[in-house]
Amino acid sequence: MVTKTEQPNEQALDVNNHSAKTSSSQSKKWIKQLLKSKTGTVGLLIVVSVILMAIFADLIVPHSHSETNVADRLIPPFWMDGGSSEYILGTDNLGRDILSRIIIGSQVSLLVGISSVIVAGAIGLSLGLISGYYGKWIDQVIMRLVDSFLAIPNILFMLIILAVIGTSLPAIILVLGVTTWVIYARMVRSETLSIKERDYVKSARAIGANDMRIISKYILPNVISSFIVIATLNVATTIILESSLSFLGLGIQSPDVSWGLMLSDGRDYLATSWWVATFPGLAITITVLGIIFLGDWLRDVLDPKTK
Amino acid sequence: MTNTSEAPSADVLMEVKGLKKHFQVKKGYFKKEISNVKAVDGVDVTIYEGETLGIVGESGCGKSTTGEMLLGLMKPTEGSVTFMGKDLTAMNKKELREMRKDIQVIFQDPFASLNPRMTVEELIGEPLKIHTSKTKKEIRNEVVELLEVVGLNQEQLKRYPHEFSGGQRQRIGIARALALKPKLIICDEPVSALDVSIQAQILNLLKKLQREFNLTLVFIAHGLPAVRNISDRIAVMYLGKIVEITDRDQLFAGALHPYTEALLKSIPVDHPSLRSNYQPLEGDLPNPANPPSGCAFHTRCPFAQEICREKAPSLEEHRENHHAACHYPLYK
Repeated sequence: MVTKTEQPNEQALDVNNHSAKTSSSQSKKWIKQLLKSKTGTVGLLIVVSVILMAIFADLIVPHSHSETNVADRLIPPFWMDGGSSEYILGTDNLGRDILSRIIIGSQVSLLVGISSVIVAGAIGLSLGLISGYYGKWIDQVIMRLVDSFLAIPNILFMLIILAVIGTSLPAIILVLGVTTWVIYARMVRSETLSIKERDYVKSARAIGANDMRIISKYILPNVISSFIVIATLNVATTIILESSLSFLGLGIQSPDVSWGLMLSDGRDYLATSWWVATFPGLAITITVLGIIFLGDWLRDVLDPKTK
Repeated sequence: MTNTSEAPSADVLMEVKGLKKHFQVKKGYFKKEISNVKAVDGVDVTIYEGETLGIVGESGCGKSTTGEMLLGLMKPTEGSVTFMGKDLTAMNKKELREMRKDIQVIFQDPFASLNPRMTVEELIGEPLKIHTSKTKKEIRNEVVELLEVVGLNQEQLKRYPHEFSGGQRQRIGIARALALKPKLIICDEPVSALDVSIQAQILNLLKKLQREFNLTLVFIAHGLPAVRNISDRIAVMYLGKIVEITDRDQLFAGALHPYTEALLKSIPVDHPSLRSNYQPLEGDLPNPANPPSGCAFHTRCPFAQEICREKAPSLEEHRENHHAACHYPLYK
């Protein structure tokens, strides 16, 4: 039992000041927590530098990303025999500088990777919550929709849509989002099903909270951690999926460039010139790792138990 | 407790009549009903203002289901719950929400009943936020008051439930239930998940609050010792029905129903010399999907006769203010 200690006046003062303090102290607390977590800091560093790289891509590229130079084709990275300091990471089969292409490619890859996850996550999260919370026929309808999405091969579905609406960056984002939302919907639904039976949801009903409030204050905060983990992992999948679209001729096309496109361009030369595919692959890996670290940190911040 | 009896003049706060909850188990494409679980099968009880009614019964007897129906969280299959003159079972969503100001609940497991993502301030302030138009500051002041009432302090406003012990969490739950100054609080085994030393504190707190706020309590528990201290009247449930209901003292002085007798005898005594040669009940609670014929208790009753297997006894007044459902009530 807590014996009630007599608190001096300053305590009362502190309580009254809380409201003014909360908003600014909240963000301070987050930053403090971020710096406390090593992986969080690393993740933030990676993600911020990749984003900066994408924003200032045109200013920092050493070479043109699209100009071909057949004389300089397949030059290895600078530390290898035959490498030159002009092309730090070497050149591809058409003599284009790989570093420059990675820098420019970050724009499309980041945009596609992150926006499609946001599109898919938003659809999946809301349909999953509705389906799990309301149950009955709504659940039946949404889950049969999910089943039918799962039954159609993703690539086929994307091909058909893109063939009909034509390829463009927004179209690619939309298509990638619309094909991957089912993962989130299923995950969120099953979490919602278990959470809505908990006593604290019953207690919300007992105090007269309406559905909107129960979903936003009781269920959403409790499913969001698993959601964030799945979403960050899916950024990688989406970047790769975009490359398969490019490969099939419906994604990003030359002279534009994305990491996924570079990967598929490089696959013919894997045996002889490994660097063509390896560096864009590494770029994807590092970026995704950064996003995952950041996501883990975000999950911890949102969970009061880890404070 | 000072006021033990349900003085007939006391005002009726809630009247429960013929309350039933049957859960249908359906299977197949044509939803053929394969069984009908009678969780609550005809409960009649009157709750008077300011009293504490204890409801006792073993696991599965329907006491928690009854509690949920009294709260309006579950629609009964049949019967009515009249609270302050209005039938709860006939209310629409909006009326029900309005009514929740007056009927609140305290849950059994304080580790499951508090949203882990809310601070103490949000948890206790939420009912006020929903039902009143008070400002944030007014709500905070009320929350601070409530915290003190339940024996916590305002330093703990910004903490999350996981930072508290079971007893403290239950205090938070009580403060949340108290926030709207309800008339009736349904306590669903509020102490059974707590350490024994904490149980007494929480019970004393509830008693104190009852006096301070003029509360009516329905106290659900699975054993008589838990309700002995706090109840004015006690109802004993068996397989979805009330089998005996009377004043606490009268019940402990002499039960009429053999099941109550068995519950009384199973209370551990203070001294070995006080032990009786009582044989504990054998067997389990029968399946409520397929209840025994006649008196539901006849399968375990040491005094069962032919009539017990054939005819279900009704709840009758065998002594003044002492009702029991038994063909052969134990007179002492």
